[in-house]
Amino acid sequence: MSILINKDTRLIVQGITGREGIFHTSRMMEYGTQVVAGVTPGKGGEWVLEGKVPVFDTVHLAVEITGANTSVIFVPARFAPDAVLEAVDAGITLIVCITEGIPIRDMMKVRQYLNQQGSRLVGPNSPGLLSPGECKVGIIPGHITQPGNIGVVSRSGTLTYEVLYALKLQAIGVSTCVGIGGDPIYGTSFIDVLGMFEVDAHTDKIVLIGEIGGTDEEQAAEYISDHITKPVIAFIAGRTAPPGKRMGHAGAIVEGGAGLASDKIAALESAGVSVVEYPENISDFLK
Amino acid sequence: MKLHEYRSKLLFSKCGVPIPRGRVALTAHEAKTIARELGGPVVIKAQVLVGGRGKAGGIRLVHTPEEAEEAARQILGMQIKGLPVRKVLVDEVAEIRSEIYLGVTNDRAARCPVMIASAEGGIDIEEVARTHPEKIVRIHIDPLLDLREYQARHLAVSIELPRVHWRNFIDIADGLYKVFTTSDATLAEINPLVITGDNRLLALDGKMVLDDNALFRQPDLAEMRDLDEEAPTEREARRYGLSYVKLDGTIGCMVNGAGLAMATMDVINSFGAQPANFLDIGGGAGAEKVAAALHLILKDANVQAVMFNIFGGITRCDEVARGILTTLDEYKSDIPMVARLVGTNEEEGNKLLAEAKVITATSLTDAAEKVVALAVESQLQ
Repeated sequence: MSILINKDTRLIVQGITGREGIFHTSRMMEYGTQVVAGVTPGKGGEWVLEGKVPVFDTVHLAVEITGANTSVIFVPARFAPDAVLEAVDAGITLIVCITEGIPIRDMMKVRQYLNQQGSRLVGPNSPGLLSPGECKVGIIPGHITQPGNIGVVSRSGTLTYEVLYALKLQAIGVSTCVGIGGDPIYGTSFIDVLGMFEVDAHTDKIVLIGEIGGTDEEQAAEYISDHITKPVIAFIAGRTAPPGKRMGHAGAIVEGGAGLASDKIAALESAGVSVVEYPENISDFLK
Repeated sequence: MKLHEYRSKLLFSKCGVPIPRGRVALTAHEAKTIARELGGPVVIKAQVLVGGRGKAGGIRLVHTPEEAEEAARQILGMQIKGLPVRKVLVDEVAEIRSEIYLGVTNDRAARCPVMIASAEGGIDIEEVARTHPEKIVRIHIDPLLDLREYQARHLAVSIELPRVHWRNFIDIADGLYKVFTTSDATLAEINPLVITGDNRLLALDGKMVLDDNALFRQPDLAEMRDLDEEAPTEREARRYGLSYVKLDGTIGCMVNGAGLAMATMDVINSFGAQPANFLDIGGGAGAEKVAAALHLILKDANVQAVMFNIFGGITRCDEVARGILTTLDEYKSDIPMVARLVGTNEEEGNKLLAEAKVITATSLTDAAEKVVALAVESQLQ
């Protein structure tokens, strides 16, 4: 079993006719995800991927006709905030935004609006979610992990793949992997996902992958010490990153003395989390 | 992206924030002309994108146009924290009765903008936050409602601003917030906002940082970028769509993905060496981009060994190998290199590299151990 996505997920792809959108849609379908529709304004009525997936002009139409409950967004940054809001208005309950580079002012408005609605946003700047053997929403390669009892939550993309793959080499599988994204303002936090793993009967241990910037890991540490009974193993990237410099991700920056890896590691350790020095060592704590 | 003081203040002024009379000068002669126009004493301020200008001698108070010319001549020849001074701002001098701090930035944890005020203006606000946190007042702003008048009034009351200044203060706060949102800023700061001898409020200094992700809809502001803000290599990297940050170590590294790039730096550090850079080639990089990335790494004279860490998904390992080989053919570099390629087309990638005598590794720690050993060896030779 899994959290957030599973075999019954009915997915639409916003921006399906773009280069990234079409490529990853075919990967998701190969994995077994039920992609029920795509949305590209102006291309409604077309069918893509050898006539398997209908394209609609609006999310409302796609939901009305296909009964979709989840959306993944591949549209360019300047259109992505609108795409998220359109999905919210159409009643999509889980929205996964892969797009990177959305202006922070737009994301703060989106986030504030989401707080008043019933939808959940994962991302932006997220690699998406993967419930091995069941469903893949986003761009996490399917073959690098297998079904199992470890829940993974991460702010990163390829670093997460590295960890998933290292676990697979040790024959350790995953219940669900959630990429919450590398932007400073996002929809779903470590805390949200930790809470879901805690009550998921098929998750026994949790892996948390954080990085410099912000104080989300510190907040997660506090939450873990108060609410999480399952063992948590963590890796924090960016111990050697200099202050004041953005390290690729918009959110990965040490500013005004906040966001240091050392503070995050200390907070997690004091909450009883095992923090590893190398990503490859995570499996040592899971056997 | 940062904006210079004079640019920030002009933007403030357009939104109704009072600023001193003054103009920017590129030459000492121009500074003299401006000083003459303004009449009376003026302040000459170096326009560089670093803090601590005053301590470095980049701000001078002068009394005559001739003194202004001489001060400008000296300041325009200066380097402040490695940055050359190319412009000076010539402002009329204001008589200062007291100094306030007023700024807007984004509060990540609260996920909304925050306006900050303090009666202790004129000094580094982070310093005040450390030493006298009780002297700082913050209000969070709902991004869907924007700043409300009662919130600005709350700030005025909380910093014990005399009642006579409330109206002006509220208008200034409103103007500053407008500049912040309409410019897609991540910081807009007046420090100090002064009460003058003749009882006016005046923004003596201004600072703005813009959201790089929003520059596509701020074409006028994007043009204001000061190229000195970025190191030339970082600028070149941006042109190729690479994310590069120069560091002080000796191990060059090339990685796909920001998190993995940071983790790679950390592991190099754990093995006792220091990374020479952060470099993320992004997803799906082709041979050409990889070659450009390797050029950047090899340009750094401190680099004694190079490590590649590629987790192939959309990125194909054979493409990465080809990019490495093209550069090696061109450079004939004898700097030792270790590659760890995993994922899409890894066999072919590793084969290509082995033929070119690049050392291959099977894991992140294996690669880091090998590259650090090679760097030590090359240093001994």
